[in-house]
Amino acid sequence: MTFSEFLKNNNVCLDGGMGTDLQRLGLKPGENPEKWNITHPEIIIDIHRQYFEAGSNVVCANTFGANLFKFDAEELESIIKAALDNAKAARNSCGSCENKFIALDIGPTGKMLKPLGDLDFEDAVSVFSETVRLGAKYGADLIYIETMNDAYETKAALLAAKENCVLPVIVTNAYGDDGMLMTGASPAAMAALLEGMGADAIGANCSLGPKQLTGIAEELLKYSSVPVVFKPNAGLPKLVDGKTVFDVGAEEFAEDVAALVKKGVRVFGGCCGTTPEYIKALAAKTNKLPPVPVSDKNLTVVSSYTHAVAFGGAPVLIGERINPTGKKLFKQALLNNDIDYILAEGIKQQEKGVHILDVNVGMPGIDEVSMLENTVLELQSVSDLPLQIDTSNINAMEAALRRYNGKAMINSVNGKEESIKAIFPLMKKYGGVAVALTLDDNGIPDTASGRFEIAEKILKAAESYGISKKDIIFDTLAMTISAESSAATVTLEALERIRKELGCHTSLGISNVSFGLPNRDAVNSTFFALALSKGLSAAIMNPYSADMMKVYYSYKALAGLDENCGEYIAAAESFTVAAEPITVKKADFGTESTSAAEFSSNLQYSIIKGLKEKAAAYTGEMLKTTPYLEIVNNEIIPALDKVGIGFENKTLYLPQLLMSAEAAKSAFEKIKEFTTVSGSAPAAKGCVVIATVKGDIHDIGKNIVKLLLSNYGFNVIDLGKDIPCRAVVDAVIKHNAPLAGLSALMTTTVPAMEETIKLLRKEAPFCKVVVGGAVLTAEYAMKIGADKYAKDAMETVRYAEEVIGNQ
Amino acid sequence: MTAIITKTYKAPPIREKEALRYAGCRAADEETLKLLRSYIDETEDKLTYNVCYGVFPVSINGGFCDFGAFSVQSAALAKNLYGCESVLLFAATVGVGIDRLISKYGRISPARSVMIDALGAERIEALCDKFCEDFALENKVRLNPRFSPGYGDLPLASQKDIFAVLDCPRKIGLSLNESLLMSPTKSVTAFAGIVREN
Repeated sequence: MTFSEFLKNNNVCLDGGMGTDLQRLGLKPGENPEKWNITHPEIIIDIHRQYFEAGSNVVCANTFGANLFKFDAEELESIIKAALDNAKAARNSCGSCENKFIALDIGPTGKMLKPLGDLDFEDAVSVFSETVRLGAKYGADLIYIETMNDAYETKAALLAAKENCVLPVIVTNAYGDDGMLMTGASPAAMAALLEGMGADAIGANCSLGPKQLTGIAEELLKYSSVPVVFKPNAGLPKLVDGKTVFDVGAEEFAEDVAALVKKGVRVFGGCCGTTPEYIKALAAKTNKLPPVPVSDKNLTVVSSYTHAVAFGGAPVLIGERINPTGKKLFKQALLNNDIDYILAEGIKQQEKGVHILDVNVGMPGIDEVSMLENTVLELQSVSDLPLQIDTSNINAMEAALRRYNGKAMINSVNGKEESIKAIFPLMKKYGGVAVALTLDDNGIPDTASGRFEIAEKILKAAESYGISKKDIIFDTLAMTISAESSAATVTLEALERIRKELGCHTSLGISNVSFGLPNRDAVNSTFFALALSKGLSAAIMNPYSADMMKVYYSYKALAGLDENCGEYIAAAESFTVAAEPITVKKADFGTESTSAAEFSSNLQYSIIKGLKEKAAAYTGEMLKTTPYLEIVNNEIIPALDKVGIGFENKTLYLPQLLMSAEAAKSAFEKIKEFTTVSGSAPAAKGCVVIATVKGDIHDIGKNIVKLLLSNYGFNVIDLGKDIPCRAVVDAVIKHNAPLAGLSALMTTTVPAMEETIKLLRKEAPFCKVVVGGAVLTAEYAMKIGADKYAKDAMETVRYAEEVIGNQ
Repeated sequence: MTAIITKTYKAPPIREKEALRYAGCRAADEETLKLLRSYIDETEDKLTYNVCYGVFPVSINGGFCDFGAFSVQSAALAKNLYGCESVLLFAATVGVGIDRLISKYGRISPARSVMIDALGAERIEALCDKFCEDFALENKVRLNPRFSPGYGDLPLASQKDIFAVLDCPRKIGLSLNESLLMSPTKSVTAFAGIVREN
């Protein structure tokens, strides 16, 4: 019988804590346990044998840390071979091999993935892949991925398993006592991610004792439609007479775990501190328990690296603003690779209360595959919302889904053969919930029944790919009512039928309905309300529209989805404010501060005091009557100078300098908006390329320099952090930059800075180099060949002015 | 065999002046203080306080410090541990939540990013202080001032041994990157010499 067959109809007993077993037997702190497969095979075989005899159906080979980060290729192969040979020898020594399986055990690499650490996702995948290939080659029956405390690394390991073998895969994570993974994922989010990618069983192991982890197991039982695994520690470790002692005994442990087996846990064992004695007690307590059938929870869920968002309760808002269609500034940001602009759009929508961000960066003239992948990665470093990947470019879709940390929403699939063939295999591999548009090769049917039939067809196709109905959300296509007066009613009728007759969830791109009409918000929000009343589960919408948000909060209150109308009341306060732009009164500061008279204008005052919104509002006001260059030269720059001098004279400090710089930035953004629309954009000063060097992920200092340089009118090309020498030199040459700024925070990364400077000297001798960062001094900077050491951002600005001047 | 123990703490009291000092403010007006407090509120539920530690025997020979499980060459550490028969080695972290905030605001508001970074520096220091204080009290010992890789001539490369011995990734989710930088960044590893009280 294969493991998969066994799992289908049986409870599965795993083994205990190999790591702590080995420590008990003399493994020293810091010593590689995997080497014992070769140096102490008799001990390893004996431990496995004891577990099989105690009642384990599965033992994990001693391969927890067997990966290419710890061993070279040759040693890795011999270790994995020996580990599996040891497990097999133990099994063979037990007489019958019936219902005894051997797992290739895969633990975390011990490295943190980007963006939090420096390990690239694909590098993690390839390291796990090698372990998986060897495990399959040397006869493992299944893959057991365990103790993962980061969602992204878990995804990398599972992807490696799926891509490199056909063995069943069990995945368990280490949850902390806050009920989350170390990097913040909830059990619901992990269930969505892992089940979506096709794990055969999922669960929790390590970190805590059975009692403390019970809540996690119960959560997983609630969300998971695959068997749940429970493998806790023998309680918490304590130090007694210099020895580690775990505070839960074998009997108590077995009782606690058995209680969960009764509730539905199907795969169970012990982690740190548990021994064959524990497993024997556990097997005795569970061997009469019937396996609880695993049911499909039928939940439609997407997730990020922290949390899950479910459809079917309160309406789900999907922010539509990350999309270049009809947005001049957004298009320009894409062409300039100005990721910060896109990120700010994401963060603003999150602050407005959306639950998911739609991400569309498709436009002519850009490489959509790399742009979409990069935007997804960057968005996931600033926002914890799940993303909806929105592209018709299938390569871009795959690149984004592969890298996405969580279970993404896919926008979109439709009834066309070609679309189904492209999207469903990706969904099967990477997981996801797809928005399915009710159109096909014949276009969009005019009737509700036509759209309903396409929905049925799509569901049938999904089934043939092994994709569950719950992972399809139908969009019955809002068409503009100015072209066809019955457009909205057809859409709503189809939506209602799909919801009621097919039991599927639905989503609509709301804004289309009002295309070509004046005051579109009024139509959109009414349409939204109508659709909600027909059972709409989600809307792709504009969260900056106060009318739309009013409908959302009112609907929730009316539908009994907002206890005591708490959310409605909290939101209602902002309705009136959000509906109108900030109004500027002439004498705004007259009463607020008598010192306002010292400043030549309200704008200067706002910048110096660091008031972002006001600085933007005053700029907007002034632009009506004053040429923008005058505003820049007579108001913004003098204000910045005042603050800069204050900082240099130490009468004010970094946070105040930065608040002012941000206020100035918001003034400049207003000007940019104005000049982009009027087509009179100012020429920027010379170009400065800035980067944090290879190996270094500190970028606070670099970001400050960027902000200040931009405010002073320089065209800043920000390459980001951890940037290879080659990329810096290429950018300098491409932009013909007269100045490059490099930042390094660690003594270990200064050599990368030196190397970058050397390469610049060789290939771009025209470029001056300014350096900065905590470990640098003027002397050190000269030694590594820089032209200038700047002790802070203001000094960098001064130097840039010296080098580039006003050219 | 030395046991490696993990401990989770509640938030130690915040020392506002310290946080402001890390942000480069030697004096603070009401507004800056108000800002700091809003960041304290924002970060509160994003911070976790975890420590893993072990007690190791120490024998010093010139600048060579031998801890049984591993050893390191450092005259400065040897001097720091002079007269101690054992040493407390620990790793502490306040988690990735604050790194995420620092990086988020780095893209849209460097002012906030700087203040939250400073707050993180204060938080991890406060955690280390609290942990050492508790350890000394519970074990009725006195601890020498903490000493971390990078201080004096104690090489940053010694982090590799420390991480292996304390099993930091598994115990508290702390990892070391190729440049010997720690992730999460608001983390500390340190030695503290143990002096027996009479």
